[in-house]
Amino acid sequence: MIKAKEKPLNEVIDMVKDLKKVLIAGCDGCVTVCEAGGAKEAKVLAAALRLFFTQEGKKAEVDETSLTRQCNKDYLQELQDRIDNYDAVVSIACGCGVQFLAEMYPTKIVYPGVDTCFMGVTDERGVYSERCQACGRCILAETGGICPIARCSKRMLNGPCGGSERGKCEINPDVPCGWELIYERLKTLGQLDRFENPVAPKDWLTSRDGGPRKIVREEIQI
Amino acid sequence: MSTETPSRLQKMIKAGHFAVTSEVGPPRSADGAVIEQKANLIKDYVDAINVTDNQTSVCRLSSLAACIRIKLMGLEPVLQMVTRDRNRIALQSDILGAGSYGINNILCLTGDHQHFGDHPNCVNVFDLDSTQLIQTVRLMRDEGRLLGGHEFGARPQMFIGAAANPFAGPNVEMRVVRLAKKVAAGCQFVQTQCIYNMDTFKKFMKMVVDRGMHEKVAILAGITPMKNVGMAKYMQKRVPGIDVPDDIVKRMGGVPKENQPEEGIKLAVEQIEELKEVEGIRGFHIMAIEWEEKVPEIVEKIGLYPRPKIG
Repeated sequence: MIKAKEKPLNEVIDMVKDLKKVLIAGCDGCVTVCEAGGAKEAKVLAAALRLFFTQEGKKAEVDETSLTRQCNKDYLQELQDRIDNYDAVVSIACGCGVQFLAEMYPTKIVYPGVDTCFMGVTDERGVYSERCQACGRCILAETGGICPIARCSKRMLNGPCGGSERGKCEINPDVPCGWELIYERLKTLGQLDRFENPVAPKDWLTSRDGGPRKIVREEIQI
Repeated sequence: MSTETPSRLQKMIKAGHFAVTSEVGPPRSADGAVIEQKANLIKDYVDAINVTDNQTSVCRLSSLAACIRIKLMGLEPVLQMVTRDRNRIALQSDILGAGSYGINNILCLTGDHQHFGDHPNCVNVFDLDSTQLIQTVRLMRDEGRLLGGHEFGARPQMFIGAAANPFAGPNVEMRVVRLAKKVAAGCQFVQTQCIYNMDTFKKFMKMVVDRGMHEKVAILAGITPMKNVGMAKYMQKRVPGIDVPDDIVKRMGGVPKENQPEEGIKLAVEQIEELKEVEGIRGFHIMAIEWEEKVPEIVEKIGLYPRPKIG
């Protein structure tokens, strides 16, 4: 899922400090799972902003809500009747949600309340780590189910580099060397031949390098 | 090593002599005279001079420009090229540029992460990795084609090299397989990481020889003389991928400070003498970091001066 983290409060305050009516919009999707932008966090952020306005002696209203998914127009539509009551919306969905909300309501100011970080997993509550960079052409079958693009700091397809030490990446001793993980897994699976064959340069066109991406599936379109 | 090029380094190896290479790190300014001064210090003692490419991710005068300067001095450069900063368009463009000046040696590297350098917040590229850069140079040289398919006439005549680090773990065996991958991609010579742990290195070389890989790739052993015990400790603790055993730190620290540089040279000479006897070693890459003036002394002491004359 998409992982995000809350923006520092001061940054959000800076966006809304001169406004009179603000809506905090959470999302019940990915950002709820990583506890950065769900209904609970919307409530906490709204309370913090109310406190700020009170302390500053400013009269301002802050409301909160949370939508099932901000990356879906049907759910964004739920705001249609009330969005004009607000000067701005602080969306604490991922960057996709923030943008889709702004797209849906083109005259409304929409601010981001979280920093969207990566696609990853929940190692344990409060600890998330990256697993996929959405390169658009999955190579996990060749690499023992561990992605070198997401897990190697140099996204090497023929790793590891000479900088790893004791199984750790040269950038940080807390980061496991992705290629050592791949090597060990391939060994366990009896597929070390995959490690030994040089992999040719990758076609990055399906990655971000090809420009903004789109999927059209006519067979399921209504 | 099958494809022959005009590289003097390749000819030296083919003739059965121990090759000697060293390196010049370009300055962090536009002062090209520094390159000439450093190259002049070592030119009669080495067969080829590596020029590092923004090493440790610190921005410096370009490797290609420095190599052209060395070539114009009538010397033999080894163009180090990392894939960190340039995509395949820029890399191939520079390889063609190097070819146009008759630069005949290239060392294909992935490069240190920019995290270490003076621009840690920059974008990294890594469109290719070191192995893919080897494949690319081979394609350009042997087939006269770019990765995009364009066929061209005048081909860059490159003796293709790469790095190998037997010490980076998790085990020596994997590092041998990793080298095999580079050899399969077209690598003809290798300059190793600085060797301090002789046991590990010999284990690595035995596995290389057992696979018959030493027949396909010329291995030049990497040597970096220690200036003092501080450097030994720093390399042991702080430099990723370098394995300095405790007895070397102890030995460097066991002599008075003023004698430590001399001890460091003595150690380097002993290491080379020992490595001469290791099967598969075809030469030495002496990386005297900011200590280029010591290279002649080392080469003389190991009995590899004067350098044989090769056409």
